[in-house]
Amino acid sequence: MADNNKRNAGFLGSIATAPSTDEFIKGLWRDNPVFVQVLGMCPVLAVSNTAENALAMGLATTFVLLMSNILVSSLRNFIPKQVRIASYILIIATFVTIIDYVIQAISIELHKSLGAFISLIVVNCLILSRAEAFASKNTIGKSILDALGMGVGFTFALFCLGAVRELLGNGSLFDYSLFPANFQNWIVMILPAGGFFTLAIWLLLFNSMKKKE
Amino acid sequence: MQEESLWYIFINASLVNNFVLAYFLGICPFLGVSGKMDTASKMGAAVTFVMLISSMCAYGIHAFLVAINAPFLQLISFIVVIASTVQLVEMFIKKMSPTLFRALGIFLPLITTNCAILGLALFQTSKGYGFVESVVYALGAGAGFTLALVLIAGLREQLDFAEVPDVVKGTALTLLIAGILSLSFMGFAGLGS
Repeated sequence: MADNNKRNAGFLGSIATAPSTDEFIKGLWRDNPVFVQVLGMCPVLAVSNTAENALAMGLATTFVLLMSNILVSSLRNFIPKQVRIASYILIIATFVTIIDYVIQAISIELHKSLGAFISLIVVNCLILSRAEAFASKNTIGKSILDALGMGVGFTFALFCLGAVRELLGNGSLFDYSLFPANFQNWIVMILPAGGFFTLAIWLLLFNSMKKKE
Repeated sequence: MQEESLWYIFINASLVNNFVLAYFLGICPFLGVSGKMDTASKMGAAVTFVMLISSMCAYGIHAFLVAINAPFLQLISFIVVIASTVQLVEMFIKKMSPTLFRALGIFLPLITTNCAILGLALFQTSKGYGFVESVVYALGAGAGFTLALVLIAGLREQLDFAEVPDVVKGTALTLLIAGILSLSFMGFAGLGS
């Protein structure tokens, strides 16, 4: 792990003006957007009913986060302070429209199962909060690292939820059946209520781990 | 017949497919401002108002965009309309009741990024609702949002006096309650049809 970190620092550090892997690492664990900051809950709960949906949603969000962070950071000296939130939202909406059409082109099926939640990436508080709290104050290199870290952390959290819900609710993972045929599916995990319960239990785990530290 | 279907839209949006508990829309304010009954109901009213205005605008915008054949502008124009409506409501509340303005705090401008409002606009276009239906749908969704917010606020007010383990306190506990509420709302399935 330590070795890995060093390599990352060498590669990514050359992009950033101040070489630091901290911007990347913090999103994964210490400031995990879902488990610690509790941001962007709507897509987390809504599309985490299967592992595949969760992963697709996580990747789409990471793309939008990355692009909007780059653009906001490079325009940070040109956007007047009074209209900054409106401009951020417009930037985000543009990239969401792009990814919406991209997903439609790649797989109609996936587009159908994610439904309106792709468009709803626009109002994911995570993206706006990174634009406002980080990208508008930092260099492009740092903003890229920040976006990647947060994006991967978000995808990881979504996957954690999606995997548990699909495994218990459907007895499968990525559509591969894992349990013997006589396994009784926990239907409730696929239903909305299951989303709330699973997230609550993951939060409990995170809380108790933090307590021990 | 016409009345019946409008009634169905209302019941469907407020109870059967409650925006918060079945569609997971508007979870942020749901977790954020649901600590006190008073704030929760006023937040609900503010959101319902924004929903109503933006739903009407969304109907007009959709018709216009279809006319000029530019559906890719839909998302951007919706969000602009919502943002300006929220700005309007914010100025109104600031003038009328500074106390409420302080109580709602950061969550007032954040109505812009409330998924429930954009979600409403997107759902009504994808379902192809007419003008009257859209208004009823917005009212139902707003009522459902307020109901969920008030219910959870009431429960959380009581929970302040309960003894719970330290790890459960906060968001985890609210989510557990929300899960149980969501289960009970499933009992409304089939109502109004």
